Amino acid sequence: MIDVLSGLFVDHTLRTVALGSATLGIVSGALGAFAVLRRQALLGDAMSHAALPGVALAFLLTGSRAPLVLMLGAAIAGWLAAAAIVGVVRTSRVKVDSAMALTLSVFFGAGLVVLTFIQRQPAAGKAGLDKFLFGQAAAMLESDVITMVAVGAVGLFGLLALWKEFKLLSFDPDFAATLGMPTRRVDILLTSLLVIAIVVGLKTVGVVLMSAMVVAPGAAARQWTNRLGVMVTLSACFGAAAGVLGALLSTTAETSTGPTIVLVATGLVVVSLLFAPARGLVWVRMRAWRSRRMLALEAVIADLASLAAQHGSNATHPHDIGALNAVRGRAVVERALTELAADGLARQHDTGGWSLTPRGLAEADRLARSRRAPGVAR
Amino acid sequence: MRIGLRTGGALAIQATDLTLAYQQQPVLWDVDLEVPQGVLMAIVGPNGAGKTTLLRAVLGLLKPAAGEVLVFGQPYADQRRRVAYVPQRGSVDWDFPTTALDIVTMGTYGGLGWVRRPGTSERTRAAAALAQVGMESYADRQISQLSGGQQQRIFLARALVQDADVYLMDEPFQGVDATTERAIVELLRALRADGKTVVAVHHDLQTVTEYFDEVTLLNVRRIAGGPVDRVFTEENLRLTYGGRVAGIGGRAVGNDLEPSS
Repeated sequence: MIDVLSGLFVDHTLRTVALGSATLGIVSGALGAFAVLRRQALLGDAMSHAALPGVALAFLLTGSRAPLVLMLGAAIAGWLAAAAIVGVVRTSRVKVDSAMALTLSVFFGAGLVVLTFIQRQPAAGKAGLDKFLFGQAAAMLESDVITMVAVGAVGLFGLLALWKEFKLLSFDPDFAATLGMPTRRVDILLTSLLVIAIVVGLKTVGVVLMSAMVVAPGAAARQWTNRLGVMVTLSACFGAAAGVLGALLSTTAETSTGPTIVLVATGLVVVSLLFAPARGLVWVRMRAWRSRRMLALEAVIADLASLAAQHGSNATHPHDIGALNAVRGRAVVERALTELAADGLARQHDTGGWSLTPRGLAEADRLARSRRAPGVAR
Repeated sequence: MRIGLRTGGALAIQATDLTLAYQQQPVLWDVDLEVPQGVLMAIVGPNGAGKTTLLRAVLGLLKPAAGEVLVFGQPYADQRRRVAYVPQRGSVDWDFPTTALDIVTMGTYGGLGWVRRPGTSERTRAAAALAQVGMESYADRQISQLSGGQQQRIFLARALVQDADVYLMDEPFQGVDATTERAIVELLRALRADGKTVVAVHHDLQTVTEYFDEVTLLNVRRIAGGPVDRVFTEENLRLTYGGRVAGIGGRAVGNDLEPSS
């Protein structure tokens, strides 16, 4: 990996690959964040698969493999797929998930048919089209990168210009409509930008896995922040990181680029789901465990205090652990007692019985009062 | 900022012959809605009576099969800026990554036009509206961390920022705590004192007479409408709820047979 990193600065090919992958990651990350918030992850999947016949037909019709031509073909096909899905849902009783699955397979199947047809032709320059399936970063040329940057910039510019409109549409489309916003047109626009994000990465990541690059950075970014701007920025950074790391890894290890990039992105998602502050599963679990433990401690203190109260004058009279076990499990009580002893709130007498210390009694008193106080949120 | 003369005696909202159907099932049938200026009106009716649909049709969110809607005597499309909308709290995803203040600021978007971002003056107005609903200390709070009542007040503040003349509210009292309910009632009265008009879909029959001046009883068709003391009778309620209301001596007790939707 060190070799690769130092190679970045001298090796022209590596630099091209890194730059292109960073671009695709930024664009798909930023626009994908909105797809995640609008629950359009599957739409992204359908559109990226549906782009395949667009790529193949564009080549077949023009005989050109210029990146812009192929991207345009892909964009048109992806866009048509989105329109087809909406059309099917509007005019029939087919539900949206079925409509997406249907559109995805029809378009993807058609793409594969055209692709095999092209492969059997003797025409020159057909090589490399099959790379659109799983993507290949190593084949990236400077002309590819330039086109990716230019097209991606259009997508990002559109996102920034209509930021407020897209935010409102994503949060509350009905309210947006009452303000006079043409929500359907804005929706089409945002979906079109998503198409742009997809076609930018298509050749590098491949149609099969491109949707992961749309969804994964956004899903990971959502874990770390509660601000839309931060989320989109973070998502773009995650996308770039996954793109560059995955592309370089795949180039050195000679694996397919798409899957490698997606694995890196998935790694980011897993880490974010587990460890992001506030929303991370690990912390959520830990907080739940801690509050359960606190409740157990408080309960044992209360039990000891009420036993002590029955003894009147001698509040620190020891009690057999069995008296506490009656209510709670032995293991819970023993662990709680050990912890209370460590905190100096309870102590074990020579006889083996337990009692609260004076400090423990004070604590029990405090807890009892805070519990009785009305409206105290706990 | 507001252009044009206030059309003197015109009704705040006048919907005539509204008819709307999903597939073959009529949801609204030939409904007239007349809302005088400066009143608090409740729209009351059983589940599936078309209350929300009526509100959405007035707002142009649903296209009726027949009928027209006038706001202060003119088509709604020309009067959009005079109408504010408070949707049902459950209609949005509260896990959206943003703050209470940001949601309220959305109420200013209508006056900003395309591309332009809200600036200091918009945020100041939003902060003032937050204060009006007693939520100023929650401005920077992520919206999913607010209670249901607080989320409802955020939505009300967003409508207040719109500085409209008519406020359409879809179940503003749905699932809110007592504090919020009192805050909302006070707010409605303040709006009325300012000469504003409020139309609210309302579920709790017990509070209709206390909170509202006018009521429209709806069950696909309009059953009755007008001042509460004249229209909100046991007889009309029975017509609306199909005899399912155990009304006693003019005092409606229907809350428990009207499970919230």
